[in-house]
Amino acid sequence: MGLKTAALKKSIWVFHVACSPCNNCDIEILDLLTPRFDVERFGIILVGSPRHADALLITGVCNRHVTPRLIETYRATAKPCVCFLFGACSCQGNVFKGGYNVPRLIDEIILEEDPNAIIVYIPGCPPKPEAMIAGVVKALSVL
Amino acid sequence: MKKTILPIGPFHPLLEEPEFFTLYLEGETVVKVDLRIGYNHRGHEKLATGLTWDQVPFLVERICGICSTSHPYAYVLAVEDLLDIKAPPRGQYIRSLIGEMERIHSHLLWLGLAGHFIGYNTVWMWAWRYREEILDACEKLTGNRNHYAMCRVGGARRDVTQEAMDFTMQSLDSNERSTTMFLGAIVDDPVMHKRLKGVGVLTKEDAIAYAATGPTSRPSGVRWDVRETDPYDAYGASLKAKAWDVIVLEEGDVFAKAAARVLEVLESIKLCRWLIENMPDGEIDVKVGNIPEGEGCGRHEAPRGEVFHYVRSDGSNKPIRHKVRAPTFTNLPTYKASCPGEQIADVALITAAIDPCYCCTERVGVVTRNRRNTLTQDDLVKLSVEKTLEIEKKIGRRSNLAKI
Ligand code: SF4
Repeated sequence: MGLKTAALKKSIWVFHVACSPCNNCDIEILDLLTPRFDVERFGIILVGSPRHADALLITGVCNRHVTPRLIETYRATAKPCVCFLFGACSCQGNVFKGGYNVPRLIDEIILEEDPNAIIVYIPGCPPKPEAMIAGVVKALSVL
Repeated sequence: MKKTILPIGPFHPLLEEPEFFTLYLEGETVVKVDLRIGYNHRGHEKLATGLTWDQVPFLVERICGICSTSHPYAYVLAVEDLLDIKAPPRGQYIRSLIGEMERIHSHLLWLGLAGHFIGYNTVWMWAWRYREEILDACEKLTGNRNHYAMCRVGGARRDVTQEAMDFTMQSLDSNERSTTMFLGAIVDDPVMHKRLKGVGVLTKEDAIAYAATGPTSRPSGVRWDVRETDPYDAYGASLKAKAWDVIVLEEGDVFAKAAARVLEVLESIKLCRWLIENMPDGEIDVKVGNIPEGEGCGRHEAPRGEVFHYVRSDGSNKPIRHKVRAPTFTNLPTYKASCPGEQIADVALITAAIDPCYCCTERVGVVTRNRRNTLTQDDLVKLSVEKTLEIEKKIGRRSNLAKI
């Protein structure tokens, strides 16, 4: 673990990238910020620009139209960064796998762009907020 | 004066879904708004033709995560229309109950987001905290916080237990208290008045001209609610029992839209209570055999308006055509009537006020880049006519279309 990764783990700032999701994963992510779960107590906040972010929260299946934008956003994020793939859609394509507008999975796209990318999978449709928090904590403890 | 062009999106902190707005400004005033979508298109209609009749509800549920009962609901109504069957009473009541619970949490969600958009995060946090109670009840009733999978052709997929219904009653009680308090807080709050009153007015004529539906048109004075105009499942009986009422307001501004939604939450709470109290016993579904040739339509009043599904069968185990029309499709163009002339700070709020759901609406994805990709209506008509002529040539039949 390098110095940069050690610093990354302190209080992660996240940027939300919705790549053709069904909205539900996104709503559950916003749910995390509200009083019931309140992840801000761990220092996790949503920021307005990928340049400020330590982690990308990616949801959805990533259709043809959004793919170049996802790559652009990934490039704009300061490295090292963690890509959290929320939901069955972003992990393996869910029911949309094989659809004409869903040519590739998100992890393929990101690994093609940067083979050293750190990718964390949090499956579920949608993952429960508790599962999301558990996934983030687990990922940070092994980084 | 020179126009300024301001691009917003596709990934913008204010937009929770990816879409791309272009605002044309004169000073601070918006003169034109342009919208590009297509970031959410996943090809549901095509995917549905590859699944069996009973698998499609799971797919259409994933069109949208917030109205995740509305789409399967309209779909099963369409197939039941094709088959000409009706679900048994208990199945109908269960489906309607879940549909209403969804309306409550969807409206609270919108209210929170609207608060977030005007920079009033207290409203956001409050609304979403109250929404959690409803989600808990949904989890008890169906097993999941969202994506309930309760609709199937011929009835409900799962039964609900008495214990879950009791729990739901408690949640509804406490939610009613908080929503009433909330309504008071909004109506009395001078900040809300200043920000929302008289902003983005959609007149009754415009609402009708744009064929707006649901909580976009009802605050403009259009009394149109599928649950009332064309009752299905348990809604007819509940209307007869006067368990709830349709909320119609006159002003048409953002304030009216917000107020209408909060009032609808209270009506839905009443309706949910009535449904639980009058829940009939018995079977929850009927057995469905082969689906014969034919076509069917189903409509459901989703939280955002009327959702419409059309299915066609050729007698096999899969639909050969499945068409979805989501409420946002007709609600969205109303920004053309309500945005121009407003301040730039209000535009986000006005477009948000129709509660747009782009993932329901998107039907086209742009594949080739750097080519003209705006199709006008004339282009579409031309494409359509050409296709008809091509098919005519193939099957060797002539209609009088070529003359047009
Ligand atoms: S994983 Fe499920 S909830 Fe999340 S975006 Fe995909 S379909 Fe929606």
